[in-house]
Amino acid sequence: MQMPTTFFGWVSFLWDKYWLDFLRGLGVTLELAVIGTILGCLIGFVVGIIRSITADRGSSPISRSLMAAVKAVLAAYVEIFRGTPMMVQATVIYYGTMSLWGLDIPSFAAGIIVLSLNIGAYMSESVRGAIGGIDRGQLEGGQAVGMSHGQIMYHVIMPQALKNLIPQIGNTFISAIKDTSVLNVIAVTELYFAAKSVTGTYYRFFETYLIICVIYFVLTFTMSRVLKVLERILEGSRNYELILDDDDDAEVTA
Amino acid sequence: MSGPILQVRHLEKSFGTHQVLRDIDFEVEKGEVISIIGSSGSGKSTLLRCINMLETPSGGEIVFEGAPVSYRPKDKNYFRSKVGMVFQSFNLFANMNALKNCMIGPQIVNKKSKQEAEALARKYLKLVGMSAYRNARPAQLSGGQKQRVAIARALCMQPDLLLFDEPTSALDPEMVGEVLEVIRSLAEAGITMVIVTHEMMFAKEISSRVVFMDAGIILEQGTPDQVFNHPQKDRTKEFLSRYR
Repeated sequence: MQMPTTFFGWVSFLWDKYWLDFLRGLGVTLELAVIGTILGCLIGFVVGIIRSITADRGSSPISRSLMAAVKAVLAAYVEIFRGTPMMVQATVIYYGTMSLWGLDIPSFAAGIIVLSLNIGAYMSESVRGAIGGIDRGQLEGGQAVGMSHGQIMYHVIMPQALKNLIPQIGNTFISAIKDTSVLNVIAVTELYFAAKSVTGTYYRFFETYLIICVIYFVLTFTMSRVLKVLERILEGSRNYELILDDDDDAEVTA
Repeated sequence: MSGPILQVRHLEKSFGTHQVLRDIDFEVEKGEVISIIGSSGSGKSTLLRCINMLETPSGGEIVFEGAPVSYRPKDKNYFRSKVGMVFQSFNLFANMNALKNCMIGPQIVNKKSKQEAEALARKYLKLVGMSAYRNARPAQLSGGQKQRVAIARALCMQPDLLLFDEPTSALDPEMVGEVLEVIRSLAEAGITMVIVTHEMMFAKEISSRVVFMDAGIILEQGTPDQVFNHPQKDRTKEFLSRYR
């Protein structure tokens, strides 16, 4: 069999031979990134919202100390996951669950868990920041009409915070696409893992990794364009219409 | 029911070591329009915020329609649903249009149907002259318009008592008039109100009682004629002299 002699010869040779493996890897990468971002955002929202609740002096001592305990656990979670590399977390969780409890979780599932927990830790801090960035008057406006903390969060604060978080969620998704590559250490068959397997056959490292480099870039670049459009749509119109009609006369009564 | 709507008993408030309110005793009867005046830093706004429990009092109690209000979230929320508040900085919900701002309280706090809430919202927006702007978001309104929507939002809860915390202080002179006009119409309709204000002429004209606060205490109170024309204390005279 005739082997390629030029650099681009090798690139096209490898692509022709392994394109299906690359696309399968890409599929797994996307799956990981999408599921990880969704779960991670859910975790981040729950953790961020809970961590930004301020203690109400009027609550019972039991609920207040319960709250303090929950917050301490969540703070530890955030610090640990932000303070250690994801690659290490992946190995610790994958091999740890095996040797401690004899659990043999599939590496894909382990990958999802690690990615979600990691994204959750970062996202919770962004959520906390976004909530803190909303004018205190919004909270007081809600309190003044007698809404509970939860109602104010749901109807007033979070819709506003969410709008500010959309670019952040987009960034997170793009990072997630790239971060999945470290999951090859626990043998998740994502794009990087696929490339690593390919290099094992012909020892063409540069050519192979350049191919997935291009794939990663095309993917993230497309995503960032799509997100830009999405942001613009969500921003909505700045116009409103005056409604000039006459409903029946209002009258005040004490 | 007879007796005062609201009684404030021995209210104290400190921020750290700084005592802002000292032993405030204060009552509001049904139908009264009370103006609280005094220089900045005298504790007027803090008193109003303590009444609505936006600030937690350091001591004393608030008695609403004969029953002391506890700090338990449920009680506090119920109490706040009966006592409206209008802020200096409006505090309209930025993510909702004027109509939704007015509907949300009746809908989720007073558990009214969407139709009932909308009817209330339309009625009170009409009353404050903001009917045509019900699709507009707060960011699209002028200060005076925002404040009128905020008043409508408070009215939609059909409160027994309405508190105003310097409602015109953030407005330019032309807009002050439109807001005061609305408050005046509420006073004429017999709605019970407590107004913290720096608008002396307005206070004199619409109040049934004027309270003068200084350094965290109620120094003097009485009818507008008593306080404005025949003040007893030197501090009151000094304060009022700047407004003539």
